[in-house]
Amino acid sequence: MNDIITLDFGSGGKKTSQLIEEIILPAFNNDILNSLMDGAILNGHKKIVFSTDSFVISPYFFPGGDIGKLAVCGTINDILMCGAIPKYLSLSFILEEGFKIEDLKVIVNSIKETAEVCNVKIVTGDTKVVEKGKGDGIYINTSGIGFLEVESYGKDKIEDGDVVIVTGPVGDHGIAVMSARNNFFVDSSIKSDCMPLINLANIIFKYGDKVKIMRDPTRGGLATTLNEFVERTQLSIELFEDKIPIRREVLAACEVLGIDPLYSANEGKIVLIAAKSIAEDLLSDIKSLPEGEQAAIIGNVTSSYQGVVVLKTGIGGSRILNKLTGAQLPRIC
Amino acid sequence: MCLAVPLRIVEINGNEALAELDGVKMKVRIDLIKDLKVGDYVYVHAGFAINKLDEKLAKENIELIKEVANAAKVQRL
Amino acid sequence: MQLKFKDYKAILDIVEFIKNYNKKNIKIMEICGTHTMSIAKSGIRSILPNNIKLISGPGCPVCVTAITRIDEILSLVQNKDIIITTFGDMLKVPGSVDRMSLSTLKSMGAKVEIVYSAMDALTIAEKNPDYEVVFLGIGFETTAPGTAIAIKEAKAKNIKNFSVFSLHKFVEPALRALLNSDDFDVDAFICPGHVSAILGIKGFEFLAKEYKKPSVITGFEPEDIIVAIYKIIMQFEKNFAIIENEYLRVVTYEGNKIAQDVMNEVFEPVDDIWRGIGLIPQSGMGIRDCYSEYDTVKKFNIKLDYQEKTTACKCGEVIKGMMEPNECPLFAKICSPENPVGPCMVSSEGACAAYYKYLRV
Repeated sequence: MNDIITLDFGSGGKKTSQLIEEIILPAFNNDILNSLMDGAILNGHKKIVFSTDSFVISPYFFPGGDIGKLAVCGTINDILMCGAIPKYLSLSFILEEGFKIEDLKVIVNSIKETAEVCNVKIVTGDTKVVEKGKGDGIYINTSGIGFLEVESYGKDKIEDGDVVIVTGPVGDHGIAVMSARNNFFVDSSIKSDCMPLINLANIIFKYGDKVKIMRDPTRGGLATTLNEFVERTQLSIELFEDKIPIRREVLAACEVLGIDPLYSANEGKIVLIAAKSIAEDLLSDIKSLPEGEQAAIIGNVTSSYQGVVVLKTGIGGSRILNKLTGAQLPRIC
Repeated sequence: MCLAVPLRIVEINGNEALAELDGVKMKVRIDLIKDLKVGDYVYVHAGFAINKLDEKLAKENIELIKEVANAAKVQRL
Repeated sequence: MQLKFKDYKAILDIVEFIKNYNKKNIKIMEICGTHTMSIAKSGIRSILPNNIKLISGPGCPVCVTAITRIDEILSLVQNKDIIITTFGDMLKVPGSVDRMSLSTLKSMGAKVEIVYSAMDALTIAEKNPDYEVVFLGIGFETTAPGTAIAIKEAKAKNIKNFSVFSLHKFVEPALRALLNSDDFDVDAFICPGHVSAILGIKGFEFLAKEYKKPSVITGFEPEDIIVAIYKIIMQFEKNFAIIENEYLRVVTYEGNKIAQDVMNEVFEPVDDIWRGIGLIPQSGMGIRDCYSEYDTVKKFNIKLDYQEKTTACKCGEVIKGMMEPNECPLFAKICSPENPVGPCMVSSEGACAAYYKYLRV
């Protein structure tokens, strides 16, 4: 096979078959996909969760992951956050003419590895090729189906006195990608936290309706997700600045670039609201996992204010933490 | 008006240096500072080191904050 | 070196003192936009008693850039096939027509690159010899020396396709203009730490000496600002006005001589317009004749307009300390960070954006 993608690979002819047979099928080898029908025939369940997401990221290889890993984690994590166990994924590529086959192989391999970890099957897919200059190398869409495990999650379950837990340090992914894209740093230990949240979610599911709602704070970061929990409700969240875990190097990069880590994206964290009665037990269960080691209780739900997130600052002041407004840009002032 | 952060100089090449803060390394220009050595701390603004951070004075600075805190405490009593 | 800043426990007693201070009414202007951000972010306003007010001054370079200049920049980008390089701060500032900004022009295909340093802009020029590369030089005395070095290096390397649209400004003439105006009502100043790093304590002595305003140069950690507020209160209590330096670790009396020299070698004082304030004599940094080939204004024959356009936005009053951001009729209604009308809402360190983003509870 030649070493770059050409328009022929999207023609639907021999080259397309070659791409599928040499690169795609060996990676995701399973009976449903191998049948190469126009769609996948799947086993069912009482209630299913269905989710889709498209992935456009520059650079498509970044510290801590690549677009392939992200495309699997993104959809799987969304399904998990709905209280379901992810089972099946679709996988669609839009490739730009000239894309290196070698890079595609690396990306396909991370898709395979990530899906395997979660015991999720890639059961249907598609590939299109666009002319040189009409894409950014590679775009991926994944859609996924999961079987519903816990049906109770919702913001209407949140009550006064509940606590807020985050499963680890925030802001890693956003800062890692921004740094990689702009070459701000020569060498940094900041990596994206991109990972499937299946093990964390499995622990959380055990607590049933004692956990009120959970979400992975991706774009917009922790601050935006917490606002979504309480906006248009009679409750508010009180957050303690000094309890929020943030890696030293992420904090350092944020200071240099003038960016707020609370608005920086995460791809491997859960923020949840749980009943106070089980909070400590849940926290120690989460902490028993390597990905949950730095989990912390970072705030609580109160009825002192309505529909807002209030940050209690280190010096004993307080301020309203809004949703993200516009993209964060590095600033000098 | 001017965001600047203290970084530690880890390598010097002419008027350029590598500076580090908690594992994050970046290139900075050091044209504006005389006699800079590896290990020195500098305040960096928009890619330029604008001043050295004096270690002795940093300690004095911390003392100053403590003194003010003590004075404030006495005044409150 | 152990740098024990961000040690909030150390300042709790000062915070308590300030919270309970109820003797005098004091209006303090923090000149610098980075102070504005830090004050907002750390919730300092929420601990102040009603008799102490913090007012955001003219120290956000984006906020004081005249809308006339923004229009001139936008028209340059629309009419010439150039690469424009800018700090992220300037990207979303709208001009006077249809809220057009560099960001909207970029979406329409203009070549706009965000840089972190003036040197990055020069590197872009070296890598794109077929394009004219224009760097938007914004900022005060802290930022201007870097731009000066980029210009000197362009000359030394004989790079011909690089120029600077200098919007750089001097702080002192603007402060004097405010202090000399009848409606200016501020009792004391928190002086910009990093401009002081360049200019030295002597650069802000005039505030106390000539205008009898208690003034403290301070750093950007919350404890630095808390200490500065305390020191200002003490000056009022003891009835004197001096310049004090809390930012011992960075600011000396003389400042950074090398930076002052390189800035003066490349730039000279010229008359300039400030948003909301208008024309201030000798307040702008023009590029000296010996570097005129690197002056965008001369290179592209731009006729600078010295008449500032008026808009419904009250940024001018906000910068002068005459109005709090939430008193502007547009605040949070027509004007928000997603859809800013004035620069004080665009720049994240602008008084309005800081108010909006970090509202007092």
